[in-house]
Order: sequence, then C-alpha cells, then structure tokens
Amino acid sequence: MRRAPFSVIGLLLLACLATSPSHSSELNDLHFGEALYYAHQGHFFEALERLDSEVRQHYEIDEPELDTLYAHINDAEFSLGDFELRYRMHHRAGRAIRAVLEGDVDEVIRNDAAYRLGRIHFQKNQLADAMRALERIDGKVPASISDDIEFLRANIYLAEGQPAKSMDLFKRLQNTDEFGAFAAYNLGIAYLQDGQRQAAVTQLDRAGQTVADDAAELAIRDKSNLVLGTLLAEAGDYDRAVPFLNRVRLDGPFSNQALLSAGWANMSSEDFERAVVPWKILAEREVTDSATQEAMLALPYAYGKLNVHGRAASFYGRALDSFGVEVDKLNASIDSIREGKFLAALVREEIRNDKDWVIRLRALPETPETYYLMQLLATHDFQTGLQNYLDLADMRGKLLAWQASFDAFDDMVDIRYDHYQPLLPGIDQEFRELDSRMRLRIEQHEMLVKRRDAMLTMPQPEFLATRDEQALLARLENVERLLTGQETPVEASFQQRIQRLKGTLTWTLETEYHERLAKFDENLRTLDQAIAILQEEYTQYVRSRQAATHSYIGYQKPINRLRVRARDSVEKIDQLMARQGHMLELVAIEKLVARRDRLKDYRDKARFALADSYDRATQAQARTGEQ
Amino acid sequence: MSILIRTLLLALVWGVTTTSSAQEISAEDMRSLDGQVQEIKTDVLSIASELDNLEERLLFPSNTQVAVFVSMEPDETFRLDALQIAINGELATHHIYSFNELEALQKGGVQRIYTGNVATGEHELSVTMMGKLKNGKDYNHSDSFAFAKGVKPKALGITLAGPGLGKSGIQIGDW
Repeated sequence: MRRAPFSVIGLLLLACLATSPSHSSELNDLHFGEALYYAHQGHFFEALERLDSEVRQHYEIDEPELDTLYAHINDAEFSLGDFELRYRMHHRAGRAIRAVLEGDVDEVIRNDAAYRLGRIHFQKNQLADAMRALERIDGKVPASISDDIEFLRANIYLAEGQPAKSMDLFKRLQNTDEFGAFAAYNLGIAYLQDGQRQAAVTQLDRAGQTVADDAAELAIRDKSNLVLGTLLAEAGDYDRAVPFLNRVRLDGPFSNQALLSAGWANMSSEDFERAVVPWKILAEREVTDSATQEAMLALPYAYGKLNVHGRAASFYGRALDSFGVEVDKLNASIDSIREGKFLAALVREEIRNDKDWVIRLRALPETPETYYLMQLLATHDFQTGLQNYLDLADMRGKLLAWQASFDAFDDMVDIRYDHYQPLLPGIDQEFRELDSRMRLRIEQHEMLVKRRDAMLTMPQPEFLATRDEQALLARLENVERLLTGQETPVEASFQQRIQRLKGTLTWTLETEYHERLAKFDENLRTLDQAIAILQEEYTQYVRSRQAATHSYIGYQKPINRLRVRARDSVEKIDQLMARQGHMLELVAIEKLVARRDRLKDYRDKARFALADSYDRATQAQARTGEQ
Repeated sequence: MSILIRTLLLALVWGVTTTSSAQEISAEDMRSLDGQVQEIKTDVLSIASELDNLEERLLFPSNTQVAVFVSMEPDETFRLDALQIAINGELATHHIYSFNELEALQKGGVQRIYTGNVATGEHELSVTMMGKLKNGKDYNHSDSFAFAKGVKPKALGITLAGPGLGKSGIQIGDW
C-alpha cells in the first residue's frame, strides 16, 4: 500500500465536491428556474435542453441587458458546465465555463470559473490542465469556495505524485468542518506516498478517531482504520494492527474486510481463539461477499489450529456445500448474462426510478448475476459504461416517442390545411373590399385632422359651414355670376341683396366660428376613437390571417428533417448500445468467471481440508477411546 | 504465516485488483465508446431543442400562448401535495407532487405546470393548492387573479407560501 489508488482519492474528492446546481437567491428568469427544477431531480438531459437554448437565445437577442437572464448569465454558464458534467458530457463541460473565464467579468466570478474548470479537468483526470486552471485564480476569491479550491489543489498534488506539496494544505483543511475527515485521511495517504511511514501511522490513527456523524465521514474514518490496520499487519506488527481493525464499525461498508483482516492478524500472532471471533461473525454474513467466502474457509482452519477437528470438519462441510451452491449460481449467472438478461434488467424503468436501484437489482429473482456484480458496479469505469448504456437507452426511448409525434404533427398540419385552404380565398376577397373602404375612410380622417390642425393656427370659417349654408353660398355665388355684366337698375338692386345675404351668412360663420370649431374638434375626437378601434381590429385580423397560414405552412421541411435525424440517431444508438452492452457483458462475465474459479479453488481446498479434519477428528476420537 | 498475510493483503485489495484486470481488457474501447456516446448526446440534445421549438410554434403560437410557472418562497417548509390551475373557470391542469419534485421546488427550481392557448383579452386564473403544515394540519388555499393576454406569449409565475412567513398564500407575477 505504497500509494493510494487514484480512483480512491478521486472518489473522495467527488464526494466532497458534489455541489448543487448553483442558483441565485432572487431568480428572475423562469426558464433558468425550470432548468434548475429538472437538475434538482437529477434529470440533466431536460435541464440541459432548456438551459442550453435559453443561454443561446440570450446571446442572440439585440439587447441582452434587457433579458431576464442577464442578471444570471454567469450563473447559467456555470450551471451548464455542471449539468454537462453530471450528464457525463465531459467534452463539452468545460466549454461554457471557459467562456466565462475568458470574458470580461468581475475577478470574483473569474476565480469561481477557474475553480470550476479546474474541477472539471481533475474529474477528467487531466491533472496538468486542472492545475493550470487553478493558477489563473488571482485576487478576491469567493469565501464559499476558498476551502474547496485548496482541497482540489492538494488532491491534484497527491494525484500527480507530489505528496509533499499537498501536506500543508491537508494539514490546514483537516481542521475544517467540511473537509476535516477527508483531508485527515488524504494527509495520511500523502505521508505514505512520501515514504514517511511513522507519520502516516500517526496521521491515519488521528483520521481513524475523527468525530463524525455524516455517512461519508464515518466511511472515511473506517477506511483510515482499515488501511492503518492493514499497514501494521503487513509490517508484521499484528498486535498493534488488531485494535485499529476493531475500530471499524460492524455495520459500515468496510466491516467485512476489517473482520477478515482482524482474523488473519490474530491468526498470524498465533492467537487462534481470537481469530475465531471475527471470522465467525463474518462467516454468517452475505455468502456472495468474497470476504465472507474466505472467512468460511478460514474459520475451520482456525478450529483445526485449536485442535477442535470435529467442529472444523463441520464448518468445512458447510463451506463445501455453500461453495457448491454458489458455483452453480455463478454458472447460472454467466448463462443469464449470455442470454442478455442482465442488460434487460438494467433498463427496467421501475427499478431505475429508485435511488438505490443498483441495490434493488439484487432482489430481482431473474437476475442472479447481480449478486456477484456489486463490487464491479461500484468501479468507476464500469459505472461510466453502465451509465452510458442507461443514457443511451433513455435517449432511444425519447427518440421513439418523438418519432410517434412526427406523424401526429403531420396529421395536424394536414387537418389545418384542409380546414383553412378552402375558406381563405373567400375571406381574402371580402377582406380586400373592406380594406379599400377602410383605407378611404382612414384617408378622409387624416385629411380632417390636418384641416383642424390648420384651422387652429389660421381660422377658416367657411370650412365649418353646414351643408345648407354651403348650398346657400353656392347658389348666391351662382346668381352673382349670372348677374355679372348685365348693367340694369334691377341688377344693382340684386347685387345689393346678394351682398347682404352673403354678409348675413359670413356673420353667422364668423360669430359661431369658435363654437363650431369646438364641436368639430369634439366630433373628430370621437372619430379618432372609432378609427383606433377600426385599426386595432384591422391589425388583429391581419394577425389572425397570418396565424392561420402559419399554422400549417413551413412545417413540412423541419418535421422531415427531424424525422430523418431522429431515425439516424436511433440507428446510431442501437449500434452503440450493442457495443456498450457487449462490453459490459464481457466485463461482467470475466468478473464472474474469476469469482467462480476462485470458488472452485476454495471448494477443492475445503474438500481436502474436510477429509483431513475427519481423519484428525477420528484419530483424536480413537486416542480418547484408547485412553 | 507471511504467505497468509500476503493472502490477506491481496484479499483486502482484491476488489480493486481483480476488477482492474477485468477492465484492462476493454478500458481503451470503453473510453472510445464514451466519446461516441458524448457525441450522440449532443446530437439528441440538439434534436430535442429543435423539436421543442417546432412544437411551440405548432401547438402554442405566440399570439395565443399562455404558460404558468410555479415556484415556492425561499425557506418554505410546508409540504405541497397538489396544485390545481383553472383558466376562466375551466380546469387547465392539476399536479400531484412527488418527493423529488417538491424538493426541487424547495431548492429554488421553477416548474412549468401548464402551457396552453387563450385568446387575446382579459382572463381569470384560479389557483388551488393543497398541502400539509409542519404540525400535520391540512393547509389548503385558493385564489384568483385577472390577467390580460396580449399579442406576445404570456408567462405567469405563481409563488406559493405557507402561513407565518409574512407573505402568505399564493402570489402571482407577470413575466
């Protein structure tokens, strides 16, 4: 155990760094909120689908500062990166965050982006890039992530094989609430990596006594004790190893390994009675666990050392039976996987709705293989492959559902076409007639408005004459024109009378001008309202007319394009699922075959040991009889 | 005895070593496949986005579109069980909340509960929520709001709150 596996450190880091999708406390953008709603439920496809198009639209609009996303755009970019990472799209994950980092933003935001980018690179195992991202952090750092940054930096050093550089960081972090247990353990691993064995023992001892109430912290405390106990046992310091192994909780995830190791440590110090105790507990546990199987063989071995050969024979017999059953079960599992039942079980919807679906798989009677795959299911590469397979299955389901929608869309467009197409020519004809009448009235209205505006600056009383007054004036002017040139005494008298009548009319028009202008203005205002209503209805009609056309025109191409893309994607997904599934099956079968071979080996050993124990028991019995 | 100890140590790391050897066979292929899976994810996301856009144009044109969103006041502790939305007295939708959905709302998520069509003009939105308070008592509340639908798509945001945090009941915002 010179060096902790990178995956262990990485998993610890992930456990600590798993953060919720960030969101502002005063969220002003509903669509960003909608993306968060899906993300908080673990539906990252839906979250990405919404947020990606929302961010894209934000950048496409002319005045983004008026958009509701404007206040949250950096947060949205960060969340995009988070969602992509969680949806296992590592290739794209850094893109959005890099955009923030390279943009003209406040240094606090830039530093936050640098940290997030570093985290993504670390998760992608790109250690140099991760460190380069952290080196871009300069100036003010958000208080909420300052420890996160240091923890990430220390883990990068550790993963790069530079434990000395990580030590000071872990020393400080082991006193924090958030990272205490993890930093304490990693510091112990750093000492080990650096060859400081005594310091590692002291540190792991400390990490193994961390006060914890969180499940992850309790697990890392157990892990510290298990590693320390193993380290001491490896050095032949069995008596010191046992107390550390005994510290591991009996109901924790490292319990079986600790019990097995405690038994071997006691056995190695030839304290056979004490070796029996942990192995007896372990031998009663879940029989598919490799530690349990080893304990089933080790327990009678310990009884043999105690010269209790009868009991040893009994336990060897029990182990032999059990191993036989398990070998049969493993053979059945291997056959089951070859028949495709394993993959079929994995994609069952009702199983995956449960958060602990991997655990529940074990309860499926038709999938015996899952009993033996728990360890494999927990490994990172297998998990990635498995999750990819499940993601592919999800996408396939979505695409098939969409394909059904395309036919419905086609029907919808056809129905709309059949409905509107015969109606529209008649409606358009009526509209054209109405349109010309409306235009005339609107022109008349505009002319009257101009006339009123002109009269406000230059009075023109004749414009406000009534129809009768206008007719009278026209008649007087006509008579006046007829009399022009006739030089008779009667003509002079007529001229006088015409002038008097015109004077009377002018008097009326002049004296009533203001009153008439006010009335005209009042009437015009009423007309304004009527014209406004007319124009509104006109606009509404035009919109409805456009909407009718838009409801069935211009869909065929995009629907067909999407149909082709969906079909191609399904084909591609089928190929990928077949390849991915085949790989998962191969790895699973290889794992099961290894377990089966190991069990067969155990079974052979148990068979010989059983015979030996019977002989010894019989000899002992004979000796007792002779005495 | 040292052989036994070595066996023990091998057993301790057995989970890692055996799975590693099993995976070495296909780890390279798995990584290559992983890249292809990421590519198809990008493609399918793009199809989903284009399909959303098409659906919106086809089913909910902007001049008639109305969408109702639901969120909860920060730090709200009452348990929302169900929500019912009616527009102009007609049931538009009702939703029964799962634990995950409620938790997503409590963490600041916003749920699009309804998308539909209404004519331009004045309308009435009625909201009924059913839930339970921390002390186990039923908490039911209804409210109605007038809203005007114009030419642009209409987005209505409903914020839910339990009693005792200042604002109470159902608030509506125009977006």
